[in-house]
Amino acid sequence: MLVIKDLHVSVDGKEILKGLSLTINAGEVHAIMGPNGAGKSTLSNVIAGRDGYEITSGSVIYKGDDLLVMSPEERAWAGVFLAFQYPVEIPGVNNTYLLKAGVNAKRKHQGLEALDAFDFMRVVKEKAKLVELDPSFLSRSVNEGFSGGEKKRNEIFQMAVLEPDLALLDETDSGLDIDALRIVAGGVNKLRSPDRAIVMITHYQRLLDYIEPDFVHVLANGVILKTGDKSLALKLEEHGYDWVKENL
Amino acid sequence: MASNEAIQKDLEAREYDAGFVTDIESDTLPPGLNEDVIRQISAIKKEPEWMLNWRLEAYQHWLTMEEPTWAAVDYTPTDYQSISYYSAPKSDKDAPESLDDIDPKLIETYEKLGIPLREQKMLAGIKGSNVAVDAVFDSVSVATTFKKKLTEAGVIFCPISEAIREHPELVKQYLGSVVPQQDNFFAALNCAVFTDGSFVYIPKGVRCPMELSTYFRINALNTGQFERTLIIADEGAHVSYLEGCTAPMRDENQLHAAVVELVVLADAEIKYATVQNWYPGDENGVGGIYNFVTKRADCRGDRSKVSWTQVETGSAITWKYPSCILRGDGSRGEFYSVAVTTHCQQADTGTKMIHLGKNTSSTIISKGISAGRAQQSYRGLVRMGKNADNARNYTQCDSLLLGDQCGAHTFPYVEVKNPTATLEHEATTSKIGEDQLFYCQQRGLSEEDAVNMIVNGFCKDVFDVLPMEFAVEANRLMEVSLEGSVG
Repeated sequence: MLVIKDLHVSVDGKEILKGLSLTINAGEVHAIMGPNGAGKSTLSNVIAGRDGYEITSGSVIYKGDDLLVMSPEERAWAGVFLAFQYPVEIPGVNNTYLLKAGVNAKRKHQGLEALDAFDFMRVVKEKAKLVELDPSFLSRSVNEGFSGGEKKRNEIFQMAVLEPDLALLDETDSGLDIDALRIVAGGVNKLRSPDRAIVMITHYQRLLDYIEPDFVHVLANGVILKTGDKSLALKLEEHGYDWVKENL
Repeated sequence: MASNEAIQKDLEAREYDAGFVTDIESDTLPPGLNEDVIRQISAIKKEPEWMLNWRLEAYQHWLTMEEPTWAAVDYTPTDYQSISYYSAPKSDKDAPESLDDIDPKLIETYEKLGIPLREQKMLAGIKGSNVAVDAVFDSVSVATTFKKKLTEAGVIFCPISEAIREHPELVKQYLGSVVPQQDNFFAALNCAVFTDGSFVYIPKGVRCPMELSTYFRINALNTGQFERTLIIADEGAHVSYLEGCTAPMRDENQLHAAVVELVVLADAEIKYATVQNWYPGDENGVGGIYNFVTKRADCRGDRSKVSWTQVETGSAITWKYPSCILRGDGSRGEFYSVAVTTHCQQADTGTKMIHLGKNTSSTIISKGISAGRAQQSYRGLVRMGKNADNARNYTQCDSLLLGDQCGAHTFPYVEVKNPTATLEHEATTSKIGEDQLFYCQQRGLSEEDAVNMIVNGFCKDVFDVLPMEFAVEANRLMEVSLEGSVG
C-alpha cells in the first residue's frame, strides 16, 4: 500500500529524515517509536502533505501512485488519514459540518453521490459509539473547548467516519489517562481491517498493550534503525534507545 | 508560508461579479452643486416649498462645514463640483404603473444581481415568506412591489419622494428628527441633495406582514448617490427591513452619502439589515465607491428595540457608524457586523450606543476580516448618561487577518456618567491558521472551501442573527469575496 524509499526531508535547511525506507501493506499495524526529535512527526506530516517540508530525494508511492505530487486533500480523497498530535480548534465551525464536507468531497472524488443530512447523521451516530463520544460533541465547534482526551477521541471518531485505507496516528496516546486510552484503543481496534493499514507513532510501549502491532520500528537519526515484532517495544522500554544504537 | 500566500492570491484574484453597466438612456443633471441644482432636484421631484426650504437650509449649513478627517482612512478628497447630483433612467420618466412598464434592461440588471424583483419569482424563490422590494436605481425608485398587501395592513412603504407629496405630515414630523440637517458634513450634504430612498411607516400595534427590502444601485458615471431612508415604527409596531447595495465597476471614485433615520416608539421594534457590495476598486485601489453614511436609530419609547445587522464587503472607503440612541426606559440596541476588506479597501466602521434611559441595554458584535493591503478599523462609542441607571453594554470585536500586509485596528470609546452602569468589552485579533487550513484539507476540503469554512465560522455569531433571506445572500457574498483559483 505504502512504499517509502530512501526519503530525505529537510526543514529550514536542516535534514530531519536521512534516507528513510519503509513498506506497509494493507491489513498491517505498524508502530513507530523513537526518541524526541528523531523525525517521527516529520514522517507523518510528509505523508499527509503538510507545507513546510522540503523533500530533497527519495520517493513515497501509495497504491502505485506518487503521493508527493498530490495535494493534502487529494491524499485524503485517496484514503490517507492523519490523527493529529495536536488537533486544531476551529471556532464557529460545527464538528459534523466539517466532517460532512470532508466525506462528501471524498465521495464526489470517487464518483459517488453526496450523502444527505439524514443518511450522514445515521452514520455519524453509529460511529460516535465506537469511541463513546457523547452526541453533544457532534454539534459543537471543531475541538473548541474539548479536553485533551476529548480531542483525541474526536480524531478517532473522524477516522471511523472517513474510513481511510491508511491511517496515521500521531501520538494519539499522549495526554490520555488510562480510561481514555482504553476507549481510544478500543475504537482503533474495531477499525482494524484486512483492507486498512494503521501506523501508530508513539513514545510509549503502553499503547501497544492495547493495540497489538504486527511490526515495531525504531526511528532515530532520521532513519529506521531497527524493525521487529512487539517484543522489540518491550526491550526498548527496558533498555532505552541507546541499547538499539549499541546493538547495531 | 506557502498556503497563506495562496489564500492571499485567492483574495487578490477575486472578481467583482456585480460590475456590469446597464446601458440605458438616462436624464442626468450637469455636474456641480449650487442652490439652482437643489431647486431643480426639488422641482423634478415635485416637492412642496417647505421641503425645498429645508434642503436650502441644509445646503447653507453645509457650506460652513468641513469634511471630517479623524477617521483612519486615506483618500483623495472629493471635488463636490465635479459630481452630478441627479440621474434618472430616461425610460422611467413617466413613473411605471406596474412591473410590466419597467425597462426590461432594468429587470435584467436586477436579475443579474439575483434580486427577485418580479413577485412570482420572489414567491418561487423564497419559501413561506414575502419580501416587498423598493429598488433605487441611480437616483429614483423604480418599483415598489406588494404595495396592495401592505396598504391593507396600513403600512406605508414607498419612495421618500412620494411620501413627501402624499404623507407630508409624517415626513415633516420625523424627517431630520434623528439626524438633523447640521449633524455632520455628509449628512448635511445629503439633506441638501437627497434624491430618493425609502419611506416606511408602521402604524400602532401592527406587525408588518412581510419583510421590506430596498436595493440601491449606482449606475451612471460620475453620479453621487444620496438616498434618504426614514422608517417609523409606531407604538407596538414591528418591522424587519433589508437593504442591499451594488455599483458597477468604474475607474473613478463615486460618492455615496446616505442617511438612514429610524424612529422607534414605545414597545416597537425595527430590525435593519444591510448587505453592502458597492464596487471596492481594483487590486491597485483605483476606483470604487466612497461610502460615507450616517445611520441612526432613536429608541424614543420605553421598551423599544433596534437591531442593526450589516455584512459589508464593498466600497473603497467606508465611513459608517450605525448608532442607537437609547432614550426610552428599558430600550435596547444591537449591532451585529461583518466587514470584509481586501486589496486596498479601507474601512473605518463601528457603532455608537448612547444610553440615556434607565435599564437600557446594548450588544455590539463586530467581526472584521482583512486581506491584501486592506486596513480596517473598528470605532465604537458606548456612552452611559447620568440618568441611565442599570444600563448594560456588551461589546465583542474580533479581527481576522489573512496575509501579513493588512491591518486591523480597534478604537473603543467609553463614557460613563452613571455608577450603576455595566460594561464588558472583549477584543481579539487572530490570523487564519496554517494549522486550521491543513486540518480541513486533511479531512478532504479544498483550500478554498477550507478558507470559506473557517471565515464563515468566524462570522457565525453575526450570520446567526441575519434574516433568513439575507443569510443565504451573505454566505454567497462571502464566498465570492474569497473566491479565486487556488494556486
